This record gives sequence, C-alpha cells and structure tokens, in this order.
Amino acid sequence: MTPDQILFIVTALISTLAAVMVVSRRNMVHAALFLVLTLFGVAVAFVLLEAPFLAVVQVLVYIGAIAILMIFAVMLTRNVTDDSGDPFNKNARVGGLAALFVFSLLVVMFGGWSQFTAYPQAGDTSGSIVQLGVALTAADGYVIAFEVASMLLLGALVGAIFVVWPRQNENE
Amino acid sequence: MNETLLLIIEWTIKGGLLAFGLATGFAYTTFYERKWAARLQIRIGPNRTGPGGWLQPAADGLKLFFKEEFTPANAYKFAFNLAPVLTMVPAIVIMAVIPWGTQIDFFGRIIPLGISNELNVGVLFLLSVASVSVYGIVLAGWSSNNKYAMLGGLRSTAQMISYELALGLSFIGPIMLAGSLNMAEIIRAQQQGVWYVVYLPLAAVVFYIAALAEVNRSPFDMPEAEQELTAGYHTEYSGMKFSLFFMGEYIKMIAVSAICATLFFGGFDGPFVNTYPLLGPLYLGIKIFISLGLMIWIRATMPRLRYDRLMAFGWKVMLPLSLFNVVWAAAVIVFFNVR
Repeated sequence: MTPDQILFIVTALISTLAAVMVVSRRNMVHAALFLVLTLFGVAVAFVLLEAPFLAVVQVLVYIGAIAILMIFAVMLTRNVTDDSGDPFNKNARVGGLAALFVFSLLVVMFGGWSQFTAYPQAGDTSGSIVQLGVALTAADGYVIAFEVASMLLLGALVGAIFVVWPRQNENE
Repeated sequence: MNETLLLIIEWTIKGGLLAFGLATGFAYTTFYERKWAARLQIRIGPNRTGPGGWLQPAADGLKLFFKEEFTPANAYKFAFNLAPVLTMVPAIVIMAVIPWGTQIDFFGRIIPLGISNELNVGVLFLLSVASVSVYGIVLAGWSSNNKYAMLGGLRSTAQMISYELALGLSFIGPIMLAGSLNMAEIIRAQQQGVWYVVYLPLAAVVFYIAALAEVNRSPFDMPEAEQELTAGYHTEYSGMKFSLFFMGEYIKMIAVSAICATLFFGGFDGPFVNTYPLLGPLYLGIKIFISLGLMIWIRATMPRLRYDRLMAFGWKVMLPLSLFNVVWAAAVIVFFNVR
C-alpha cells in the first residue's frame, strides 16, 4: 500500500464513523461536532484527490460557516442538549426504506462506472483555479447557473432584511 | 524513499521550530505588551524578575503550570476540554503558509524558508483556518455552563462572523493585483513592483481593523469585557487551560501581523534580501514587531466599543468599504497597468 492509500483508508474510516455518531448521539452539540469531523474528513479526501481549492472551500463554507450556525442554533435553544426523547418516530421505517433504495441505486450506478482505478494527476494544480474561474464566468461555461445562484442569494438577503425590518404600526 | 525521509525530517524540524518560535513569541509578546503599555501610560511595568524584568514571562509560565486546574461541576467536560485546543491549534496552523524568505542552501540541500510557501490556495487556506478558530470560543462559552461565559461566546461568534466578511474582502485586493492565491507569488509580485500598501492603503486599514476584531483585540474585545462579563468565554478556565486561550489570542495577534505584512508590506521583502536570504525572517520579524506595537498602542489608548456600535460599524462601514476596495483594486489594475 502506498502512503496515500493508508491515509485514505484512515480518513474514510474516521469520517464514516463520525457520520454514524452524528445520527446516534443524544447530545446535539456532540452530534454537531462529529458532523464537523465528517466534513473535515471530506476535506482531507479532496486534498488526496489533488483538489486543494475544493478542500479549502469545504473547510471555509461547511466547517467555518454552516456547522458553526448549527452549533449557534443549538446553543440558543434551551435544554435541547439533554433531550432524552425517543429518536425514532412513525416515519422511521419509511425513511429507512428510502435510504436503502437510494443506497442500492448508488451502488448500482457506481458499479457500472469504470473510472475508479483512475489516479489523480499529481503536480501543479495552480492552473485549475484559473480554469474554474473562467468556467464560472465564460458564456459557454456555467455563467447562467452562477448568475441564477447569485440572484437566489440576493433574494434571500433581501428577504431576510424584509423580515427583520422594523414596522411602524407594531409599536402602537 | 530517501528523499521522502529527508523531506519528512525537514518538515518536522521546520514545524518544530515554528511552534517553538511561536510559543516563545507568545511569551515575549505578553512582556512586550506589559512594558510598552506601561510606557504609554507613564508607568514602568514589570522590572523585578531578572535583568530589566526580562524573565517575567518565564515566571508567569511557571506559575500557571503549578496552578490548580478547576472544572465546574456542571460543565460539559468533553467540549470544555476541547475548546482551548481548538483555539490554540488553528492559530499555529495558520502560520504554515507564511513565507519567511526565499530559500537557503543548507550543505547542498535547497531548503525553502517557510513550511508551505507555494501552496496555490494559500490565501484561502488562511481564511478557512481562521474560520475554524471560532469554534474554540463558542464551545468554551457554551460548555462552561456559566451565563457570563455564554454571553461572551455568543458575542464573539457574532463579531467574528461579521468581521470575517470584511477581512475576506480585503484579501481580494492583493489577490487581484498579484493574480494569484499563492502567498510566495504575492510577495514576488510586490518585490517586482511596489508594496501593495501604496496601491491599496484603504484595504490595508480595513484589513487591520477587521483583523483586530477577528482576534478579539481591543477596542473589539467585547467577548472578554472584564467590567461587564467578568472575563467572557474563559471565565471558568484556570491554570494551563486558561493560558492556552491566552496563548491562542497572542499567537493569533502574531499571525495576523504576519499576514498583514505579507499581503500589504512585502512580507520578508527588504534591502539585500535576494542576496542574503537569511535576512528574510529578520525583516518579517521587524514588521511583525511594529504591527504588534501598534496593536498594543491601540489597546493602551482606546476605550472599548459598545456592542451595538461594534456590529453597526462592522456591517455599515467595514463591509461597504471593503466592497469599495474591490472596485479600487480593479481601477488600480486598469490605470497603473499592474499586471
């Protein structure tokens, strides 16, 4: 085994175990911390695939912004951390079936994919960031998707401001 | 295989040196702060331990080692113990992408000065690691099970997330001018032209203010406001755990000074640095020293901001200014033909 493979196996094991812990922990802050560990494992996987930009963005967006918001929400919710209720409800069986269905679909799809043996090209990846930037703004690239996403975010921003905007008649 | 082994040894030594240097730097930054702040306030400062007080940090460290460590009965132990580590580690990791010089010839082996100078996403790496350091403070505030600590933790999260925007946007100017996310490349571009503070003075100021808020330094030290929150998020910490928080804060001060020097003041650039590469660490050290002095000066003279003013300043002044900086950088590229 090459060092890369050992590193990959260790990372994969840690992030999978952490993912199991996310759904099995009773304490929600602990679950959120394990989620952070899972996301970090994914970032390491990106590094192993010679995609440093994706790895860094993964840490910046998912760990630095989304997970911290989750922890923030949990902290602001009183006593939710020692919730001892039954984690299963009547939808558990349907959910399990759906998960099984999606998983078997993924196994079938990936079983027919031949690119698993392809190894990432080591070396200079500095051009890939430029390529990514060009692809996001070029007319024959992803410019429409990029602009639609930015419009969506702008809409969300405006909506958030509208929701919290103080109204005159509320003080009466 | 031999080359791999040599590389591992080289990295281990460099990493060890960096960590050791930062720990010493932390100790003497506290001393620097006490002495310099004392001078600014016409006092003398520590002068009893060793010649001129120079052994004061060692005495403080020794005292903290022997202090009792206390964990509150109702604290969430796991997170309580994790929090100081999460504050400390990103502060050191961030320094890995700061170039300390070009390269030296060590008995025939070319050794670049710095751990990962040429990382092609260096600037983004800085931002992502900085965003991780919020966890330490949030978890400390929450796990202490103390109202003051909780308030401090909440304040700091809101503050750090708000000022991260301005911080990130003020990185964009140097990135655009150098055309690269690579820290070493940004310094090379400055060596060929002029330091970016000349082109982007406003971005440098915005960066410095946002960095002060990001490391919770005065006048943005709301999370640990002694008068209203006793000590904020580290109220319940004592002994070495407390000193880890302190260490994290001071190492972050050193780190943002190094980043500021690299992005706007040419990093290790200085006279004769290309002929004698070992001058690089010295020049960067001097720049860090000046920046730390400025931070201490601000702390010794400025009152703390009120919390709502702080948030309003972050969103209504810093964010528009940093957006304006992006336009400014584009105008500089067009009118001065930088690239």
